[in-house]
Amino acid sequence: MSQLSVDHLLGIKYLKPEDVSLIFETADHFKEVINRPIKRVPSLRDITIANLFFENSTRTKLSFELAEKRLSADVVNFSASQSSVNKGETLIDTVNNILSMKVDMVVMRHPNPGAGVFLSKHINASIINAGDGAHEHPTQALLDSYSIRERLGEVEGKNVVIVGDILHSRVALSNIFALKLQGANVKVCGPKTLIPKYITSLGVTVETDLRKALEWCDVANMLRVQNERMDISYFPSTREYTQQFGVNKALLDSLDKEIVIMHPGPINRGVEITSDVADSKQAIILNQVENGVAIRMAVIYLLASKIK
Amino acid sequence: MSQKVLLSSKEINIILHRLACQLIENHLDFKNTVLIGIQPRGIYLAERLSKILIEEYKIENVQLGHLDITFYRDDFRRGEKTLEANKTNIDFIVEDKKVVFIDDVLYTGRSIRAALTAIQSFGRPLEIELLTLIDRRFSRHLPIQPDYRGRQVDAINEEKVKVMWVENDGEDTVYLINK
Repeated sequence: MSQLSVDHLLGIKYLKPEDVSLIFETADHFKEVINRPIKRVPSLRDITIANLFFENSTRTKLSFELAEKRLSADVVNFSASQSSVNKGETLIDTVNNILSMKVDMVVMRHPNPGAGVFLSKHINASIINAGDGAHEHPTQALLDSYSIRERLGEVEGKNVVIVGDILHSRVALSNIFALKLQGANVKVCGPKTLIPKYITSLGVTVETDLRKALEWCDVANMLRVQNERMDISYFPSTREYTQQFGVNKALLDSLDKEIVIMHPGPINRGVEITSDVADSKQAIILNQVENGVAIRMAVIYLLASKIK
Repeated sequence: MSQKVLLSSKEINIILHRLACQLIENHLDFKNTVLIGIQPRGIYLAERLSKILIEEYKIENVQLGHLDITFYRDDFRRGEKTLEANKTNIDFIVEDKKVVFIDDVLYTGRSIRAALTAIQSFGRPLEIELLTLIDRRFSRHLPIQPDYRGRQVDAINEEKVKVMWVENDGEDTVYLINK
């Protein structure tokens, strides 16, 4: 297969296993490209991409922008905080105004789950979801799986535990879809208050004892404690969270194998992982960031090639 | 669809040796020269030539790389299919080197135009030459000509020239296919 089965990247749940393989193979080529002395290729010189960020982001926005520029696309940026959204404009109006300026592709982050799906039904442009509320963050899940594949050879059959705030995390949800799609075994681990009641219906198991989860896994993906999304207290204190669900060097050294540590960033050092773990060889956190650009180049390239 | 043989295995072998000798004539010991096979079909020819240079003419420093031009092509989104990339493998510096592009068929010249752009990502070569096994001389879209050519072919646009290699296709033959 040389073409994606979808016209938009709205979530991992709309992808087929072959789509993921195609994205990874294409990303391999782009990873070689971004390690050249000159990192730019001219493929997308006649494509214009709008980055619409209705919610704050630093690394995802930077990563998308770099990916777009390395493909030679024209890029326009939009942040909700500096726009007419504050004046009461609707999402469709905002986007249609931008599309009138002849934009071919939209990369959007929005606080509302399903914003990308909604938009894809009403506008005529290719859409990439860069995070919609607590729903999905597909490019993050793709780069996470890609990083596992790079470190361990393949994703299929690997045991992956996602630790932390599963309830508010779009990274967790997209990762679960992506890992299951590729045949990995997935556990979630965290305080019971932060694990959704029906999570097992997605084919994952729940473990509340971090040590047991770590002993089982090949890879631990440590999520950030998202204080900004917590309207009520889900655990008594940050200190207590760290004691039960934080990973430190002593805990890792006491395991009988070396597991891979991942983190989508930004890290709360000393909360979900300690500094010595974050900076250790077991952690592939910065590889994830590098792979993020290659994965986003691949997704943009493959979607752009379907624009007629 | 009919096809006829343009070059047999024996003829290809003679031509490869001639091309290798012509390369030696211009590059002597290959100290400052690198060979670049253009993906996907130029790599077989490039590997054959480098093997002849090393094994039969005892040249020691033959550097060979593969260059993929997919992301530099000018027909992105203009066909039905997504352009599929191949591996680029250049593990040496091309800055101030004499570069020889190697491809099986020179047709419109657009691939070579893309390769000229692509190679710039790896530095500024001293000069670039072009070697092709087949030169379809009446079909050029761009002012690009080979420095070394195996055989000139006058084929019309409806015809296709297909170069087969033992390592990939099971035989060394060049066919002219009438679509």
